This record gives sequence, C-alpha cells and structure tokens, in this order.
Amino acid sequence: MSAKIEVDGIRKAFATDGAALAVVEDVSLSVQDGEFVAVVGPSGCGKTTLMNMIAGFVHPDAGRILIDGRPRYEPSAQGILISQQGSIFPWLTVRQNLMFGLSDRPARDKEQVADHYAAVVGLKGFEGSYPHELSGGMLKRVELARALAVKPEILYMDEPFSALDALTNLRMRNELKRVLAEERHTVMLITHDVEEAIHLADRVLVLSPRPTRIQATFEVNLPHPRRLTSPEMQELRVAILYELGVDRNAG
Amino acid sequence: MKGIRQGIPAVAVIAALVAAWWLAVVETRSVIFPTPWQVVAGAGELVKDGTLWVDIGASLMRVGVGFSLAVMVGVPLGLWLGWVKGAYSTLNPLFQILRPISPIAWIPIAILWFGVGNASPIYLIFIASVFPMIVQTTAGVHAIERRYLRAAENFRVSRYTLFRQVVIPAALPQIIVGMRIGLGVAWLVVVAAEMIALRSGLGYLIMDSRNAGNRYDLVVAGMIVIGLIGLLLDGGMRLLEGLKSVRWRYVR
Repeated sequence: MSAKIEVDGIRKAFATDGAALAVVEDVSLSVQDGEFVAVVGPSGCGKTTLMNMIAGFVHPDAGRILIDGRPRYEPSAQGILISQQGSIFPWLTVRQNLMFGLSDRPARDKEQVADHYAAVVGLKGFEGSYPHELSGGMLKRVELARALAVKPEILYMDEPFSALDALTNLRMRNELKRVLAEERHTVMLITHDVEEAIHLADRVLVLSPRPTRIQATFEVNLPHPRRLTSPEMQELRVAILYELGVDRNAG
Repeated sequence: MKGIRQGIPAVAVIAALVAAWWLAVVETRSVIFPTPWQVVAGAGELVKDGTLWVDIGASLMRVGVGFSLAVMVGVPLGLWLGWVKGAYSTLNPLFQILRPISPIAWIPIAILWFGVGNASPIYLIFIASVFPMIVQTTAGVHAIERRYLRAAENFRVSRYTLFRQVVIPAALPQIIVGMRIGLGVAWLVVVAAEMIALRSGLGYLIMDSRNAGNRYDLVVAGMIVIGLIGLLLDGGMRLLEGLKSVRWRYVR
C-alpha cells in the first residue's frame, strides 16, 4: 500500500533583491494513512513554506507531492490547513463558519452537521456567536470544527496553538487527541514546540536551519495519554533539542 | 444620563453662537440680516404654507434616486475592479481623472444632456457619489486578508459562495464608508444644483428667498434645515455600521 502523503525531493527558493534565496532544499518524506507526524525546526527555517507546498498553496520549484499516489497541484478539501493566525471568518457566526465548506447540500443538513461538530469541540451554546465574542482558545475550536465538518482525510496544522497561552495550549492538545481518537485523520503538525510534538505525534521529523532539509527522525512509541514528565519523554525531548542545537546539558 | 452630560458642551457652544449672532444683529441695527427669532418665525411661515415640506421632499427625492443609482453601479463596479487585476489597471486611471472634477463643473453639460427637469440633478448626484463608492469598494476588496481567501480556496467553494460569503462581507465595512461619503457628497450637490438650475428644492428655496425681496430670514432657515437633514442622513448611514455582520471591523 502506498503512503497517504508522499513528498519526493521538493525544493523551493524565493527571489530576494535579485538573488535566489533557497528556503527548502531537497525534502523527501512520507506519511502513512492515519499517522500523526510532527515536523519541528528552528524558527525561520522554512517550515511554513514546506507546509504550504504540501497543502497545495505554493508550487515547489522541483520535486513532487503525491496524495494517495496522485500528484497534487492545488489545495483541496481532502486536506484542510489550520494555521497559526487562523482563518475563521469574523463576519460569519460560528454556525455559518462551520457550514462554509458544505456548499451543495440542503440547508437543514448543513446546520445539522455544523451543530454536531460544534458539540464535538465543546462549543455547544455558541453556534450563534460571532468570532469576536469568543476567546482565542474557542476560536481554535471553531477552526478545528470547521475543518472536521468537511470530513477531510488530512489535517495540515501549522503552529496551530502557538498563539495561545500555555494552559490553553495544553487544553487544545488534549482536545485534539480526544477528537482524533473518534475520527481517524492523517495529521501533519508543524511546530517549534518540541514538547507539543512528542506529546501528540507518532513520529517527529527535525528540520535543519535554512535551506531546510530533514536532519533527523524520531519514532515516539509511547502509548496515549502520555505523561510529559515520564523519563522516556524527557529523554526524547533532550535528544530532539540536541538535534536542534540546544546543548544536552542545558536541557 | 452620561450621554446627556456629554452633550452639554455642544449645546452650550451652539447657544453661545446664537446669542452672539442675536447680539451682533441688535448692536449693528442691521435691516437685512435677521435675528434668530426672525429666522424661527420665517421657518414657521414656510411650515404653515407647506413650501418647506415640498422643497425638502423634492431635494430628498433627487438624492434618493441619484444615490440609489450610484450604489447599484458603484458597488458592483468596485467589486469587479477589486477582484480583476486587468479591470483595475484598465479603468482606474480613467476614474482617477474623472473623480476630482467637481460635480458643479458638470452642471452645464447636465443641462445640455438632460434639460432643466429632475434628470439633471439626479445625474449630478450620481456622478458625485458613484466615485467614492467605486474607490472604497475596490479598496475594501484589495484589503481582504490572504488567509481568508486561502481558506475559501482550501474548501473548494463555488464562485458564488466565495463572493457571497467571503469577498462581499469582507469588503462591506469599506462599502459602507463609501456609501456614507457618497451620500454626504450627494446632499452637498443637490443643493448646489437646485440653486442654479431648478424651480424646487431647498437650494431653490434659498436662492428664491434672496431674489424675491431679500428674505434673509428664509435663507438662513433653509441653511439650517439643510444642515439638520444632512446630519440625519449621516446618522442613518452610521446605523449600518452597527450591523452585527459588520461589527467585527470596529471591535478590538
């Protein structure tokens, strides 16, 4: 069986002041169906560019991206991107946001799906609220629910919880785990937070500084729910931080 | 209660100005310039014989028709210019040349094309208010953040949904700003047009009062009515900014 996501030797450079600045250099990876893969890297290393290429928003200069064995040229509802800044429409209510991707269905049906997913992420009672009436953590729930509502096979998450405070961040991680236990998705998570990566992922890829390549891979063979304070987790965390250039003794 | 207290200084300034005006007229023993009381009496006359309502109605009708036409043309055109790069680069230079031409400068041509009936001022109002609406709507579309357009792209929604649920609501706050500016300009223009070319309306009332025996009490009464109606029109447009689907632009 072929992989869900197959990335084969992609490169990307941007033109800056006439000179080409290589951002992503020869990245290959594959993600299995239902797998949760986290990609960590130093800030500014080209993580977001890599994600935008895999999600179909940016074309690579070279190499190819296969989803279910078929080349990917543009974004599709099969894989939904959730980014750090968020893209919940502030002019629509929570329910209208959740119905957004469900265009060609009867209205009654759309509302039912929207309300179901609002309940799944714990937003029951807020269906009629506008985004500016919600907190940052609740907005992330809306974002997640809007993605889930179209039943995507893949979730692309680009630093989804980075803008949240530490406590809300932790809550959202647990929430995500809970939702993923119910509906099995393939997930690619990009983050600079090593703890978040080992808390959630089955496999962690470490990126090098720009131009970025995959520098190391770590399997996280620990059962859920994982305790961040367990010795195995601590060991893994130190090892990944070491790959990222943080001294072993300092960790 | 707080609103009332905040309004006190504004009322005080207006009261002081009226008092100074009264005093100045009495002190200089002016025979032409009216006292505030004479203006009130003059306005009462206009109300009693009904001409005030007729003139207000005539002016508002012209603004209503001209402004509505400008909304119907300006908003779709602005959306098109904002969305299609080629349309913007082709038409924007032309609009930038036409825009600074004062609507008053169009009066001779309006009379030539449309005569001295209602069509002339309606055309002038249209010309005056359509450009701010095109410009603001276009700017509103250009200002849509890329993350929202990407989300629409990601969910593969139809073009209809894209415009209905993303582009138009995202630009709506700016469209409303354009409508406010457009209506303000329209009200300025209708009075000017009526002073020159017409036989009814508040502009005509002012000119006619002067020409028919220097009735400056009626001139000033007309001016004050114009100011008050302008204030009400702007207040009406401001209510649109309170719409739930537009409020996101004004919070935070």
